[in-house]
Amino acid sequence: MEFVTAIVSSAYQFGDAFAFLVLSACGLAVIFGMMGVINLAHGEFIMCGAYMTVFAVNWGLPLPLAIVCGSLFAGLVGMVIERLVVRRLYSRPLDSILATWGVSLIASQGTLILFGPTMRGVGTPLGSFTVGALSFSYYRLVLMATALAVLALLYLVFTKTRFGVLARATIQAPHMANALGVDTGRIYAYTFGIGAALAGLTGGIYAPTMTMIPTMGTTFIMEAFVTVVVGGADVFLGTAPAAALLAVVKASLTSWQGQLAGQIGLLLAVIVVIRLLPKGITGFILKDRA
Amino acid sequence: MTVRLLQATMLTCAFALSGAAHAADPIKIGVLEDQSGDFAAATIGKVHAIELAAEEINNAGGIAGRPIELVVYDTQSDNNRYQEFMRRVLQRDKVDVVFAGFSSASREAYRPIVNQFDGLAFYNNQYEGGVCDANMIVTGAVPEQQFSTLIPWMMETYGKRVYTIAADYNFGQISAEWVRDIVKESGGEMVGEEFIPLGVSQFSQTIQNIQTAKPDFVVTLLVGAAQASYYEQAASANLGLPMASSVNVGQGYEHKRFTPPSLANMYVTTNYIEEVDTPASKAFLEKFHAKYPNEPYVNQEAANSYIAMNLYKQMVERAGGSTKRDDLRAELAKGDVCFDGPSGNVCLDPKSQHMSHTIFLAKVGDDHAISFPKVWEDIKPYWLGDAGCDLTQADPDEQYTPSNPPTKQ
Repeated sequence: MEFVTAIVSSAYQFGDAFAFLVLSACGLAVIFGMMGVINLAHGEFIMCGAYMTVFAVNWGLPLPLAIVCGSLFAGLVGMVIERLVVRRLYSRPLDSILATWGVSLIASQGTLILFGPTMRGVGTPLGSFTVGALSFSYYRLVLMATALAVLALLYLVFTKTRFGVLARATIQAPHMANALGVDTGRIYAYTFGIGAALAGLTGGIYAPTMTMIPTMGTTFIMEAFVTVVVGGADVFLGTAPAAALLAVVKASLTSWQGQLAGQIGLLLAVIVVIRLLPKGITGFILKDRA
Repeated sequence: MTVRLLQATMLTCAFALSGAAHAADPIKIGVLEDQSGDFAAATIGKVHAIELAAEEINNAGGIAGRPIELVVYDTQSDNNRYQEFMRRVLQRDKVDVVFAGFSSASREAYRPIVNQFDGLAFYNNQYEGGVCDANMIVTGAVPEQQFSTLIPWMMETYGKRVYTIAADYNFGQISAEWVRDIVKESGGEMVGEEFIPLGVSQFSQTIQNIQTAKPDFVVTLLVGAAQASYYEQAASANLGLPMASSVNVGQGYEHKRFTPPSLANMYVTTNYIEEVDTPASKAFLEKFHAKYPNEPYVNQEAANSYIAMNLYKQMVERAGGSTKRDDLRAELAKGDVCFDGPSGNVCLDPKSQHMSHTIFLAKVGDDHAISFPKVWEDIKPYWLGDAGCDLTQADPDEQYTPSNPPTKQ
């Protein structure tokens, strides 16, 4: 029984860390990988989704619908920001970092002014289960399932749909795609919208487990960037294996020596990976294939 | 002739005006608090409390006949901002006194600057104790007031196995040291201790570490809104252990922000929260809500800031209207600078320049209602004085801890 408990516990902790890394990073990875834009307002899209989810629950929607609502809202906001700000800066990646950082400052301070320093959350649903002497939260299993579902869905969208093909064409050869009649502007807008909606989904699904404050997005940022940097530009070849690798590092170090060790481990892992694989895991896998 | 007369009249007027202006020269009070960033939820109320006190004092004729002028900066939960704005209020704005700081990291960031310009600062926050500095007056509660009461009570009620999770900076580390010492003195056992970096919001593994160690209760010294996510996550994993804290509820009103029963069975020692059921507390709360109807919660730090304003007024008036630090400290040294405020009667201790408190043990119920199983009257901030800090004799500008006490002569 002891042994079973230990196995379940390790798997649960690994899954929990994996889900957090994947969900934190996927929105950022889509926007960075597909468009080359480093979106420093990523955390604020997460916050936006979380706030919208809580508002929707307060209006009487059931939680799953509210999360969808939060995700869609963040996606819409993302498309508006793409149209107003990011679109003008596609050829100037450094400027787009600065601009999205400005957007993030405006968003978190604006939220503080509009909705105050904190808001009451919605409470974590579903309760808990016990294995041996330990008890676990069911909702955390939902988070793990969501992370896997998001990866699967992204894979389907970008490989099996017309939009996905057009999007990849636009990314690889924008002028050629344009010449063949693809409305590249619209593709960019949708891709940015998908990235923002994924961030919103993360915010919405983590909202019941966290404190609702205007700066809540920043608690995802470190993990998001670490995962994207280790993973490299491709969501499937990069983000997913990077999240798995980092989850092992984080979960094992945290259970051994506590949270501080987990954080140090994450950052050390990034330094090592960057030193050995400058293009991340994506670069490693693609080189092997070639 | 008429021109001369006119000039003479104007001159006289100008003299009269400048004279009047001099008599009513405002007393400038710098206010450096976090109105945005990770700590904002707990500290916006402090600024409001200071504004409330300033308005009351001004309406009643000011301090020694001089109105209060507040110079308020938002320090954004950022230690660099504290240093920048502390220089600005002392050098450029030339304020008479500064009310500053939430986190202990921010206090230690600005304290050398207050020393450098020989200013006077009020720190109106509960903290880990030990600051022995004549330039500082501390109105917040300290460990001998919060832990010497709380930990033995918890051990008697729930048992002797204790697990501490604390924010990983000077506040959490030193507070955890206090808890460790008190647990040991009372014959208990520390079954675990974990320090959490600020800004961490995911606690699954920590929760499991706690379950594996099987404590009787958990001491939660978590700081900032991100770390407050712990309670929700612990509740959803059905950890179900009683919690003891010196910072929760009284600062971040977590019992109002989270869905019941995630904070059930949390015990906090605090010198004020808005649920305190005394006439003075109710009157204070009513005044507060009259000025700020949308204030989400009136916390311990808001009350301490309000008290500090009134203590400052009293010291200046007793010093004959002087705002010089030495004149004020001469009054403080008499040991009878007291104020009967929202949290009951409090007095400043001349040796440490800290404040005595009535300590309320607040218990959070299953529905997040607050009850007070115990009240300790008039607990003095005795540790610094007993350990050898005496600001009436010497000013070491140091922060001491139980493992690093003052060197006795």
